Amino acid sequence: MLNPGPVAAPPMGLIAELTHRCPLQCFYCSNPLELERASAELSTDEWRAVLDQAAALGVLQVHFSGGEPMARADLVDLVAHASARGLYTNIITSGVQLTDAALAQLLDAGIDHIQLSFQDAEVEGADFIGGYRGGHDKKLAAARRIREAGLPLTANFVVHKQNAERVEAMIALGEALQAERIEIAHVQYYGWGLVNRNALLPSLAQLEHCTAVVEAARVRLKGRIIIDYVVPDYYARRPKACMGGWGNRFINVSPAGKALPCHAAETLPGFTFPNVRDETLGDIWQHSDAFVRYRGTDWMPDPCRSCDRRELDWGGCRCQALAIAGDAAAVDPACAMSPAHHLLADAVAEAAAAVDVPLVPRRMGSARR
Amino acid sequence: MTEEAAIPSFRRGVKFRRDEVRDAWVLLAPERLFMPDETAVEILKLVDGKRSIAAIIDDLVARFDAPREVIAPDVIATFDDLKARGAVQC
Repeated sequence: MLNPGPVAAPPMGLIAELTHRCPLQCFYCSNPLELERASAELSTDEWRAVLDQAAALGVLQVHFSGGEPMARADLVDLVAHASARGLYTNIITSGVQLTDAALAQLLDAGIDHIQLSFQDAEVEGADFIGGYRGGHDKKLAAARRIREAGLPLTANFVVHKQNAERVEAMIALGEALQAERIEIAHVQYYGWGLVNRNALLPSLAQLEHCTAVVEAARVRLKGRIIIDYVVPDYYARRPKACMGGWGNRFINVSPAGKALPCHAAETLPGFTFPNVRDETLGDIWQHSDAFVRYRGTDWMPDPCRSCDRRELDWGGCRCQALAIAGDAAAVDPACAMSPAHHLLADAVAEAAAAVDVPLVPRRMGSARR
Repeated sequence: MTEEAAIPSFRRGVKFRRDEVRDAWVLLAPERLFMPDETAVEILKLVDGKRSIAAIIDDLVARFDAPREVIAPDVIATFDDLKARGAVQC
């Protein structure tokens, strides 16, 4: 379905989810529950065409993600291709495959930045969450390699009920690794995170502890290390500006070529997401129903459309509106003005009461009942 | 506050370049980007890791024929902001 609509400003970023394959099995993975198989993945030439179209469309930064982007044998080729098109290249990786040889190839290809994920500040918790024995030590080695190569490093720590006590140690580790940037990111409860919510959702006291630690560290590290902090929505009174607004800043391309306004959007019913095998990124961005439907403010329900924050939070998150309120076009329940807002407090109470919750690891087929 | 004697340079991973699609200058950094305003663009063009802030101010004063006491606080404030955002070091 084509929607003429007004001309949208060009996207800033392309999230290239090269593959859903990953050696780790984190319980909160942002990939969908239905993981794509290797046989469904775009070819190297198809990705090259996507990168060409992205650069022509005005994309400035490409984030090679996954799954584990290093599981793709052609990652170096794609980085080189993106770099030659003037795109700022970033890899979001677990780092467990980042050997000296791999890093040297990426440097030759013109990589600009690497984000390394950590599952905890200490080895036992980290290897449990990642489901990969020895993973944490490999990540530490990868961080040192990145540092020695002179590349900028982001250390990403995902926070939840089981490691929130160690957020101070996480920041200390980021400092010790001489990261330029630290992300302290609470789990976002979609997909795998939603499946495992009762085992992961922190208490209000834990969240407040994390926030206090981050705020103190930001003051102490000002001008040296940037700390980006992402909170869970379950204690919020106003929604987050999910993806900086629907179809506003980012295009996410899935391993099989589906173009999505965010990586979780495949959960939304009633959409046919366009595929880069069939349409150009420019047509998808400007005209596809999937990108136009919740873009801007015209689609908004009340009270969003008259809210003075409508161009700050862009109505929050559509996937959360669906997951919690049962309707993707509803007010994000993270907003205190949503009639479904109380459901978040209910979820908090449920998670607090839950004991010995079995965790579902992110694996092909493991989320099927 | 940033001193005039300081020598600013882009931090690792920061690129300042022209974007033809938007017909604008952009400042690209790890997982963030900035669209500097006209004043900031003129300042950033002079960041080369050699010039001091004082020299950058002098250059702008001469080119824009404006009083130093007007230009200097703007330049200092711009570098304070860019430092806090992790884009430059000085």
